[in-house]
Amino acid sequence: MGDYQDILNRLFEIIKPSVKDGRQLEEDTDLVADLGLDSLKVMTLVEEVEDQFDISIPLNILANVRTIRDFALQLQQLTEEG
Amino acid sequence: MAIFDKFQHLVEARQELAESGVSSINVVMEKIISPTEAIVNGRHTILAGTNNYLGLTFDPDCIDAACKAVHDQGTGTTGSRMANGTYASHVALERDLADFFGCRGTIVFSTGYVANLGVLAALAGPGDVLLLDADCHASIYDGCRLGGADVIRFRHNDANDLEKRLKRLGERTENALILVEGIYSMLGDRAPLADIAAVKNKYGAYLLVDEAHSVGVLGENGRGLAEEAGVEDSVDFIVGTFSKSLGAIGGYCVSNHPELELIRYASRPYIFTASPSPSIIASTRAALAALRARPELRQKLWDNARRLYQRLQEMGFVLGPEPSPIVAIRLGNKAEALGLWTGLLEHGVYVNMVLPPATPDNFPLLRCSMSAGHSPEQVEQICEAFAVLRHGALASQNA
Repeated sequence: MGDYQDILNRLFEIIKPSVKDGRQLEEDTDLVADLGLDSLKVMTLVEEVEDQFDISIPLNILANVRTIRDFALQLQQLTEEG
Repeated sequence: MAIFDKFQHLVEARQELAESGVSSINVVMEKIISPTEAIVNGRHTILAGTNNYLGLTFDPDCIDAACKAVHDQGTGTTGSRMANGTYASHVALERDLADFFGCRGTIVFSTGYVANLGVLAALAGPGDVLLLDADCHASIYDGCRLGGADVIRFRHNDANDLEKRLKRLGERTENALILVEGIYSMLGDRAPLADIAAVKNKYGAYLLVDEAHSVGVLGENGRGLAEEAGVEDSVDFIVGTFSKSLGAIGGYCVSNHPELELIRYASRPYIFTASPSPSIIASTRAALAALRARPELRQKLWDNARRLYQRLQEMGFVLGPEPSPIVAIRLGNKAEALGLWTGLLEHGVYVNMVLPPATPDNFPLLRCSMSAGHSPEQVEQICEAFAVLRHGALASQNA
């Protein structure tokens, strides 16, 4: 569960449907600035990640998440704790 | 200008509104006539967006009590209770509320927003867990951030999703506080409180219910959803407000936990806010007495609410999931919401317009709140205004 690359790949798969302009997802893709996700879409995405990884993501850690890499690193930490 | 750059999206949103012919969505009530009527833009207007559920803002007993308090105790307390002293009337209101809810203790706060901030910031610190319903009010979200606890959101009104998240917490459930509302402010739907209380009891967590929109509205004695659902013994904390059914401004938390009293010493929003002024306390005490003595107000409120809900449903509007004093109308897009909202104002009916992202999904809402103070004729006028505008919209769609 804690393998970074595996988490990253799963995250790319989950986020892909939210990308409207066919843009290539990278580790440093910014969820808000590059993908234009508003707060509602971010929360929907978080719910989907929670379901897929079977974890709860505390809202307080989202303040530190800007890019897909940030998100993957937080998920790595959460899955290792769990 | 750099610190103002972040407001650019608001500038654009205001521009968009202006271009669509709406000069401002901040309605100014030039003269307040009664709990349900005001002059807006020079026009006599029925107020159907006030949260004045029992219509007590002009109740003679409440007004007399407030006037007497101003004469006897002055216009304000000019400080916080911790620093500048408690008035006897603060203590009396806390006793009244404890008696009403059948609880050991009460803390009164200066607004409902501060009540949530004050209680949550003090109750849940680092290492604790707050589990909140996704549709909770902004004051609950903000209060959650203040104390440094882990904040976990569960799907709206979904006790199974809550249970899944409690299960994941393992032993941390004994440090977990579940946060829900009696009636949710946007769609007017109730929490499935019996199910949530059962899950809470199974995992040994704590439960706080914000009854801001449900006190005076639900329950045989008007104590809210916990009373209606028969689960008051499973609720650890009830938070509420004076600014809806009780017709003033302020907030409170009641609990049977003796530790509630300690929150006064641990809650910065309580310690550092000036206490409610004597007139507020006095009118709130009178309003609480009226709420208890006049159950017919609740009946009238529900008659009005059901009438509007039924009529709007018959007109084909998409409404919130159940009849409630909050009647929410879901619209397809912003232009439709603006058009209907402006049209209603022109027909002398004021309701609330709520635009995404403040709505639970991505659709704009028009939100009506009904009152026991609405006469049957006023309810009819509100329905008529909707009917005329609905007819016009359908006609233009078919043209």
